Amino acid sequence: MATNTDRPISPHLQNYKLPLTGTLSICHRITGVMLSVGLIFFVCMVSAVAEGADAYAGMQTLMSAWPIKLIYWAFIYALFFHLCHGVRHLIWDTGQGFARETMNQYAIYELVASLALTVAAFIFVYSS
Amino acid sequence: MDYRSPIGKALGLGSAKAGTSHWWMQRITAVALIPLSFWVIKFFALTLNAPYQQTIAWLISPVNTLAIVAWVLAVFYHSALGLQVVIEDYVAAEGAKIISIWAVNLVFLFLALAALIAVFRIILIG
Repeated sequence: MATNTDRPISPHLQNYKLPLTGTLSICHRITGVMLSVGLIFFVCMVSAVAEGADAYAGMQTLMSAWPIKLIYWAFIYALFFHLCHGVRHLIWDTGQGFARETMNQYAIYELVASLALTVAAFIFVYSS
Repeated sequence: MDYRSPIGKALGLGSAKAGTSHWWMQRITAVALIPLSFWVIKFFALTLNAPYQQTIAWLISPVNTLAIVAWVLAVFYHSALGLQVVIEDYVAAEGAKIISIWAVNLVFLFLALAALIAVFRIILIG
């Protein structure tokens, strides 16, 4: 049977403006996938340390290029965002925090907290 | 005529797999990863900036070794569990779904083993 392509369809994601909470929700998933891929870099780095001083120095030179540093800090931000939104998921798991105002309030909190933690990590890394 | 009762139709449908344990392990690893994130950031800070001996000395101290090994176990498990949910949501065909989930599981298992072996090699150096 031929499919009727003229049938009315419900509004799809492409023409639906996500609320802030919805955007954060999909970002949680995107950062989760990104961070999973990023784990490959952790394996490479820890293996470089195990390889000895020469491999270690080579890895440090490669990683000191500024575009790589930028990507690195984007990953740190992604980690903190995923962590903060993850904490909210743990709060939701207790059955709390589902009121609309609370949801929007927590959305702001977690954005501020993830930025603050990234700045704190930046200070921690460059002061020690 | 349909002689099957509503309960008869419903039985055996749905997931009936390991959903609850998946959900719990996702949460337990998540909670474990919150404090362990501190160690992994410290590890990155050292490996990207510090002299070789300093990184080795830090990593072979027992508490730091423990934290990094615990982080590796928790994070690769947490990632594999999370990616499984993503695959289940977006891959509709049953065969492709099962193959991608197990491919991801195996890749993350090998990555976790590679990371652990590297950590143990570092302990042997130090």
